[in-house]
This record gives sequence, C-alpha cells and structure tokens, in this order.
Amino acid sequence: MREFTITDNTSKQEFFCREDEYVLHAMQRIGKTCVPVGCKGGGCGVCRVSIISGKADYGRMSKAHVTVEQKDNGYALACRIKPESDLIIECAPKPNASIEIVAYQNTQLNEVSK
Amino acid sequence: MKKGVMRPGHVQIRVLDMKEALKHYVDLLGLIETDRDESGRVYLKAWSEVDKFSVVLREADEPGCDFMAFKVVDEDALNQLEKDLIAFGLMVTHLEAGDLKDCGRRIQFTSASGHCFELYTDKKYTGKWGLNEVNPEAWPRGLKGMKAVRFDHCLFYGNALVETYDLFVDVLGFYLAEQVLDPDGNRVAQFLSLSTKAHDIAFIMHEEKGKFHHASFYLETWEDILRAADLISMEDVPIDIGPTRHGLTHGKTIYFFDPSGNRTEVFTGGDYNYPDHNPVTWKAEDLGKAIFYHDRVLNERFLSVLT
Repeated sequence: MREFTITDNTSKQEFFCREDEYVLHAMQRIGKTCVPVGCKGGGCGVCRVSIISGKADYGRMSKAHVTVEQKDNGYALACRIKPESDLIIECAPKPNASIEIVAYQNTQLNEVSK
Repeated sequence: MKKGVMRPGHVQIRVLDMKEALKHYVDLLGLIETDRDESGRVYLKAWSEVDKFSVVLREADEPGCDFMAFKVVDEDALNQLEKDLIAFGLMVTHLEAGDLKDCGRRIQFTSASGHCFELYTDKKYTGKWGLNEVNPEAWPRGLKGMKAVRFDHCLFYGNALVETYDLFVDVLGFYLAEQVLDPDGNRVAQFLSLSTKAHDIAFIMHEEKGKFHHASFYLETWEDILRAADLISMEDVPIDIGPTRHGLTHGKTIYFFDPSGNRTEVFTGGDYNYPDHNPVTWKAEDLGKAIFYHDRVLNERFLSVLT
C-alpha cells in the first residue's frame, strides 16, 4: 500500500494519506484540522480545496460545489479525493459556501449572546 | 384551522450514487424497497407505513431534496387548496397520476424559503409491511439495520420564514408547535404540525434559500437510538451529533450522513400538543441548549452543513 504526503499550503501542516483513503478522512484519522469537515459525502462543499500540485483520483462530488470546469482547474472536495502522488492543497471555500455562513452565523450568535 | 392537509406523505432525495445510497437507506436505516421506475428512481417505505412509499431516491449530480409531499384528505380539499395557493400568490404545477408510480395526481409549489412542496390525495394502500391487517403481530420479522418505524418530518433551512409561516399556517392549516425567537421577537426557527406531533415540518432561518437539513425517521425507544449509534460506528458512517436530546421538541436523537452528504435523523419521544396548547418558545440566546439539550453548545456543523 502506497502512502503519500498531503501538505496544507496555508498552515504548512502535513499528514500521510494511504492511496485507498480519502484525504479528509486521513486528516481526521491523524488528528489534523487544516481542512474543515462537513458531511464527508461530497454533498455540502465545506471541505472544498484547490490542488496546487499533485494528482488525485476523484470520487463523485456535488456539481453545486465543484463544476466540471472547476474540477479541470484543480478544485475538489477533500472528502472525495484519494491521492495518486504527494499533494499540496489549499482550502478554497466558494463565496457562498457554508463555511462563510458559519462565520456569519457565529457572528450573529455572538451578537445575540452578548 | 384544518384545511384538509393530513400528514407527511413522501420526500424525494437526490443522491450521487444509487447503489451506495441504498446501502444507507435500506441496509442501515432499515427502509424497504417497494419499486423502481423507468427514470431509475427507487421507492422505499418504513414498515409501519400503510401506503406504498414514503422516500423516493433519485440519482443526480447534486445531492439535496427535490420536494416533500403532504397527503390531503380528499379531492375536494385538494381542489380548494389549489385555489387557496393561487390566491396566496403562488404558481402551482400539475403532475399527472403515475408520474410517481402508484401515486395519484400531485400539485407542486415553491415556498418563499425556496423549497418545493407537493399535495396529493391518492397513493396505493399496501398496508403495514409484513403484518396482517387483522390480528397484526407487534412487528414484522426480517427488518434490517435501525428498523426505522416511519418517515416522520423534514427540516429545511432558508430565509423568508414569515412568508413561509403564512403559507403553512394560513393556507395549508398547520399550527405552530415550537419556535425560537431572537431578542427582537423575530422567529428564527419554526416547528409546524398537523397532528399531536411536535413537528411535521420545521424551518430554520438561513441566508441561502432552498437548503435541505435532514429527513427524520421515528424509532421506538432510546435503546433503539443507542443501537443506531452502534450501527453507525460499525459501518464507519459519518456522524453529525448524538445520541443526545433536543431542547426543542425534547426528542431523543442521533444525526448522521448518507453517502452523498444528505443528513439523516433517527429519533424517539418528544413533546405532544393538543389544540389548547400554547406554542413552546426557546430564546435564540439559548440556541445551544435549544438544539443540543445536554452539550448546551451548538456544533457548527448542525448550522452550516447542508445539501
């Protein structure tokens, strides 16, 4: 079984991922937190990343979060990619993606709880 | 006031991969496959339901909910509801009998929150699965996984909750069972019911319209919820939260994700209402406790992970 190094370009955190394992699942198994975790099923878009270098095998993921064109340009959901080489990735939430809404709602809730 | 809308009837859920989805909904949740159609949709029901199906799965490249349907008492009520929906200002679309197998004609409309709903009166009555109508046993043998008893409700996220409240209460005849109010008195969550149940449908305020939070299925006991949690671990299924209790509705619950990222709930217990009950109110300041009664802290995922 081959194992590859996944590097988060922003935090410089590194973790190993087996070739038959999804990148997000490997990150969680090792206890890193550099990519936000959502549904782990390719549906919610929370773990959207840009693959800066390396090759990956893509599973099915929601076209609402990664269009065919975006996929060709290296975008992916970390819960649906398995590495075929070492990867350098970077979080790439969409402008209206849920992660932004988390920040928004947390602000709202913080305001409410003041 | 009652308008003839009787109960939740079915929900059509989009999945990325049908084979994987069936492992979730049939093998894990315990629904029973009752049919398939030419377009590839798969029809499922829970064992205690009397009609042919309550969940329809459709393979698509974007997960989420296509529509949720409510069963109406008779054709006269359906005709009146259509007039009332149009008078309310909504566009109504007609779907012919047979568009969903063994289901009569349906009318469809979209709420201000951006969700598609349906009304229908007629669906093939197949009776409770695996039981005789006369002298029925307690439960059927041969159920799988969590042995879901019935499809119970859906929770949707979207905005325009005031307009959506008016649609469901004034036009469709639901009543407000439970709510969350912000300090200015705005309703940020509304749990609406047609029955003594704490909710037949619920909405939570969210900037983006038309989002699907979960479809929920009823189990009998707290022990069944714990057993569901065991199965979730055994199958290494992504979990959201639980087993725990909600403040809102006081249901005992666990949330997990299907292989396409749609959230599923199984729950038991919870509040009941009669027409003389006032709505239950939670304050938005205490939203953590309102949603997760034990942790009393919100998990971000519950608010933000949607399909």
